[in-house]
Amino acid sequence: MSDIILEVKNLKKYFKTKKGLLHAVDGVNFIISKSETMGLVGESGCGKSTIGRLILRLIEATEGEILFEGKDICKLDKKEMREMRKKIQIVFQDPYSSLDGRRSIFDSIGEPLRVQKVFNDKQSYEKRVYELMDTVGLARRLANTYPHELDGGRRQRVGIARAMALNPSFLVLDEPVSALDVSIQAQILNLMEELQKEFGLTYLFISHDLSVIKHISNHIAVMYLGKIVEKSECKELFKEPLHPYTQALLSAVPIPSIDVKIDRIILEGDVPSPINPRPGCRFAPRCRLAGDICRQETPELREVRPGRMVACHFVENQN
Amino acid sequence: MNEGKILLDIRDLTVHYITYDGTVRAVENLSLSLKYGETLGLVGETGAGKTTTVKTILRILQEPPAKIIKGEIIFENEDLLKKDMKKMRKIRGKQISMIFQDPMTSLNPVLTVQEQIMEVLRLHNRKLSKKEALIEALEMLEMVGIQAERGSDYPHQFSGGMKQRVIIAMALACNPKLLIADEPTTALDVTIQAQVLELMKRLKNEYDTSMIMITHDLGIVAEICDKIAIMYAGEIVEYGTRKHIFHNGLHPYTKGLFACIPNILDEETKLIPIKGLAPDPINLPLGCKFHPRCSYACEICKTEIPPNKEIEPGHFVRCHIV
Repeated sequence: MSDIILEVKNLKKYFKTKKGLLHAVDGVNFIISKSETMGLVGESGCGKSTIGRLILRLIEATEGEILFEGKDICKLDKKEMREMRKKIQIVFQDPYSSLDGRRSIFDSIGEPLRVQKVFNDKQSYEKRVYELMDTVGLARRLANTYPHELDGGRRQRVGIARAMALNPSFLVLDEPVSALDVSIQAQILNLMEELQKEFGLTYLFISHDLSVIKHISNHIAVMYLGKIVEKSECKELFKEPLHPYTQALLSAVPIPSIDVKIDRIILEGDVPSPINPRPGCRFAPRCRLAGDICRQETPELREVRPGRMVACHFVENQN
Repeated sequence: MNEGKILLDIRDLTVHYITYDGTVRAVENLSLSLKYGETLGLVGETGAGKTTTVKTILRILQEPPAKIIKGEIIFENEDLLKKDMKKMRKIRGKQISMIFQDPMTSLNPVLTVQEQIMEVLRLHNRKLSKKEALIEALEMLEMVGIQAERGSDYPHQFSGGMKQRVIIAMALACNPKLLIADEPTTALDVTIQAQVLELMKRLKNEYDTSMIMITHDLGIVAEICDKIAIMYAGEIVEYGTRKHIFHNGLHPYTKGLFACIPNILDEETKLIPIKGLAPDPINLPLGCKFHPRCSYACEICKTEIPPNKEIEPGHFVRCHIV
């Protein structure tokens, strides 16, 4: 069991709003092993980005534990957390707003090194920044340019270089390719995979794009309204989704081929509000299998067959 | 009755943006036609000129900086580029209407949704009384799956998918001949996107509307379009039926697009990105605009603009080497 790098136990994050408590993340458990990619997928508002932020303690958890290499991140003091951030880094979705517009690319990439006071001499500092630029495929001549001079793909490379600066072992990737054009998206995804192989990185890859998630992940957790509804090895999940929400989600993806016909499950209505959610299964109001029990009892995430975790009362009852 | 006839014919359209940094050649020599009842997919990446093209059709380009250099846009036998703004106003919303990408910003926040649908109806039919318009507006709402009671709600009370439905209701209210949809589902979640696409398909058939669908998602194209035009750097590089493009896509850029998207049905394969970046539209390469990124490029591609070749009936490719 020593290859577990991150374990999240009963993680909860509630936000106070005028209308009541918003249950953004509501009792989430998962484990990520070393050097693998865990894909976290779900629609807007399901809490996937909140989890990413909780892991870096950009926001504080309401309840629960986040064990990184066995140590609970939530209990670290400021100084210890700063040490910890050398190991855990994040790449954000929007490369347009996550970089400081008044800082050159060189400065931006070097910032983590300066904050953490990694180098005492200028020479090794500069050497490291250029090395990072090489690693992520940014031409050295771009060192003195500013973010507005770069296209989205290159800006995202800067974001990745910043995250890689301190040699982290774990990266949270929060929709890193969603703002990019498809031809550039492929370049960045390939880069992420190369970096993982080269440096043995572990990823938590957050995305709403199922095709991307499928391409890059080893394991997948599907979220709906603050809860994980299904968790499985990647191929298995796409071969046979078990939770009714996962089934609808997968069937909704438009396929770039005119030869396949998919039986689409069209969900009725919208995602309900996460503020003061009703008891029972969160998906029940839109679920085709829902019965009385679903409106009363929250289904636990349980192993329905080896390696397949599903939170549904009626999984076994499907044809 | 109009089956097989041409509704919209764009000929040799060139649109530039005149900026301080230079002339942006957004659309160059673009020709395109659309028959009654057809759905055309306009596919390309950021900056390919898709939105400029459709904004030109509706004449809602901001001029300046935009400038229509040359071309004709023949809609029902009349050139839209020759019409004055007064006549265009009669066409917009009535004959041609448009759905924009972002449902969050394309509704008026201080009017109820029924008022906004009534506005289109009354603008194009002066005789319609308020009462009649209201009844029609509520019918339209029901049509797109929103309960009539919600007509008196304001946009902020709706979710993204519902807002997009309201906009669809508004766009179809006057039963236009041509509907232009600019990335109508990009801002929506997949399950909501599926709902909206299903709705658009249904309504298109019921109303027998022709449609131009702008998208970068080849999955949506496969689902909804009859004809497909692939745009790159202001030009259509390949045009054909869905069969032509999906089974026999020939332009290196088309092939590149298909190779670089992860497919949910495929087993683990490495993505093959298109090398390099989209060109700077102020400083476009000579010859074929795709040649710096093309792995098949030869000498001729660097100097000569490739002709638009008809490879098989109705399938056009702009490339020297096919």
